[in-house]
Amino acid sequence: MKVAICVTENKGLDSLVDSRFGRTSGFVLCDTETEECEYLSNEQNLNALQGAGVQAAQNVVNAGAQAVATGFCGPKAFQVLSAARVHIFQDCKGSVRDVLQSIREGNFSSSNMPNKTQGHW
Amino acid sequence: MKIAIASGKGGTGKTTVAANLALALERQGSVVLADCDVEEPNCNLFLQMEYSREEPGVLPSFSCDISRCDGCGACARACRFNAIASLPDRPLFFLEMCHACGGCVLAWPHQAIIEGTRNNGVIRHASRGNLAFLSGLLDVGEAMATPLIRQMKKNLPPAEMVLIDAPPGAACAMIEAVREMDYIILVSEPTPFGLNDLIIAMDAVEELKLPFGVVINRYGSGDDALEEYCISRGVPIIAKIPYSREIAEAYSRGELFYNLFPELGKIVDDLAGYLREGGWKE
Repeated sequence: MKVAICVTENKGLDSLVDSRFGRTSGFVLCDTETEECEYLSNEQNLNALQGAGVQAAQNVVNAGAQAVATGFCGPKAFQVLSAARVHIFQDCKGSVRDVLQSIREGNFSSSNMPNKTQGHW
Repeated sequence: MKIAIASGKGGTGKTTVAANLALALERQGSVVLADCDVEEPNCNLFLQMEYSREEPGVLPSFSCDISRCDGCGACARACRFNAIASLPDRPLFFLEMCHACGGCVLAWPHQAIIEGTRNNGVIRHASRGNLAFLSGLLDVGEAMATPLIRQMKKNLPPAEMVLIDAPPGAACAMIEAVREMDYIILVSEPTPFGLNDLIIAMDAVEELKLPFGVVINRYGSGDDALEEYCISRGVPIIAKIPYSREIAEAYSRGELFYNLFPELGKIVDDLAGYLREGGWKE
């Protein structure tokens, strides 16, 4: 499964999870089995006036991700990802490596509602 | 003559100036006051006029004819406001983020985007003697104040003097309210915050190439930095409203100082005369 993991800085498998989705620095796109990684920058949305979550979700969908791993996901991004049938793993922490392991071990369950409903950051 | 009353910082006294000015100006001719601070319109807390009619705030709205959509994504790419996500089987619209520019309609090659309308607020009308008043109110949860303000400005009743009470700040809503006016009054207060935000508002109004002057409210409180800045920048200070307990007490009762205190009323009369005569042109 191809998962897009929000990271603060691209360091491959050692990248640290960014708690934000729409305004994350970027995504490490990673195959959960092979651990092959590529990087998708999210720079265009860091200073977006509005709709950073919608646009980031669009980019992740376009990149062919089947799942997203992040700390917090807002309601609009959640709606886009859900409509595109992308699994959403929220409350993720640690490194990309940790996240991949947790997914493989079945420690994460796909969320059915956003965990960030108030405010912007 | 069309005058907008704006400020950078909120709470500096835009509404106080606008409402008192309306009372002064209506003594000499027809006046229309439009409360375009549509997220927090409070002119009528002081005017206490009875509304005679209301109209819905209408703005363009967009949806997709799924039967014509091939998921090409042109609509989402055209949207500068990230209000559309294009998914393989259909686009998702987030209308509360839509600025109603119509770019998605122009961009889309197969005419799948359907243009309609939706409501996002209300405009209320009242009149009394020489004074016509309208007040816009944006619905809770809506973010797009500009279409409502545009609609208000388009439907102003004819009058010798038009007063627009603008939203605070220097962003889209404020720009929409002050554009195409003959003169802008920037109301500020002598505090570091007041000065900082006034400079931003001045820069915005200068960019629009509109003449403007400053009203210092609560004059005598705070410090001299605001006044010194205006002088050094060559910006006229067109009125000073003193820092006064009497004004604050009247305000707390929902009363305008113009009718209560002759010496304060004279400040407003002088300002009204300056505006009526186009004093900035001299």
